[in-house]
Amino acid sequence: MNRQLNKPHSLTDLFWSFTLLALQGFGGVLAVVQRELVDKKQWLTREQFVEDWAVAQILPGPNVVNLSLMIGDRYFGLRGALVALAGMLVFPTLVVLLLASTFAGVADLPAAQGALRGMGAVSAGLIAATGLKLIPALKKNVMGALVCSALGAITFTAIALLRIPLFWVLLVVGGVACVWAFRQLGRDDR
Amino acid sequence: MSLQLAAADWLGFFTHFATLSLLAVGGAVTTAPDMHRYLVGEKLWLTDAQFTSSIALAQAAPGPNVLFVALMGWNVGMNAGGYSYALLGVAVAMLGILLPSTTLTFTLARWGHQNRELRAVRAFKQGMAPIVIALLIATGWILASAHGSKLSNWPLWLLTAITAVIVWRTKTHLLWLLGAGALLGAFGLV
Repeated sequence: MNRQLNKPHSLTDLFWSFTLLALQGFGGVLAVVQRELVDKKQWLTREQFVEDWAVAQILPGPNVVNLSLMIGDRYFGLRGALVALAGMLVFPTLVVLLLASTFAGVADLPAAQGALRGMGAVSAGLIAATGLKLIPALKKNVMGALVCSALGAITFTAIALLRIPLFWVLLVVGGVACVWAFRQLGRDDR
Repeated sequence: MSLQLAAADWLGFFTHFATLSLLAVGGAVTTAPDMHRYLVGEKLWLTDAQFTSSIALAQAAPGPNVLFVALMGWNVGMNAGGYSYALLGVAVAMLGILLPSTTLTFTLARWGHQNRELRAVRAFKQGMAPIVIALLIATGWILASAHGSKLSNWPLWLLTAITAVIVWRTKTHLLWLLGAGALLGAFGLV
């Protein structure tokens, strides 16, 4: 690793960082996590982010919750994991309950419906862009550019176009990819 | 709607969600169909409208999407007799959906980090990288497809595409984009 990474100063810093991330995440927090923790604060490299995201994605549970747990654990152990998790959940839960108990009826107004539709379109773009921005993390991948592109194309087709359940895609395409990477790593070691 | 929930019911609520927690590969929302079957169909603890609005409101509000589970707990509690039950409902639902998956993630991620030099662990991370990146792009595609494929929906697709390019290529703050999407939607332009 040639670039010096930053890290959270304290548990308080960790808590508020994750709180702010979560509160900016309309329609999904992942795009904000990538932007803030990789691009701005530089707590993680793009490659580390993809690796952590792979684990967070494949294990059961909400992905960004898993991710915050893993990042918190890396800096401050179990305490860090719990603090990051609390940051991700405490204030957003209060906000959503407040919205539910005060503005429940507002959501039925046509203007509110329209605003939600517009925000939905934007958040679809955010998540796709997050994927596009992470592509350079594959440069150093042991499987090489050609195999990586093929795996990416197959995954996209299976999920977005054919709508095959995620579980099967991860099992079959993911399984093949891991076996191939395992083989390539063995070749490099020799 | 008013309900009588005994301690055994709350325990059943908790254990049902705890089971779903470990099945939630790809996020808690993948288990929403089973939550619907349990809460609305079998137990009659929530109305259909409450179920749907829990998901919609959590997606519109900031924070991880898993907060729809908090809203379901909240609504079950409100149906059962008011604010103190509602808070109990939030705690039961959220602990149920999070405790098993976060414990598993914490343990496995830590093991993976401690054994990061193992060939199998490296192969997993390298192999999964192109797949999880493609999944993000596919998620954007699927969210955009919710706009519908009708030709008259082209402004929404355009908004998604423009957002993706802006986020990919510039450092524009994400909240500006979400705000712009909300305004365009509220005024009926997309």
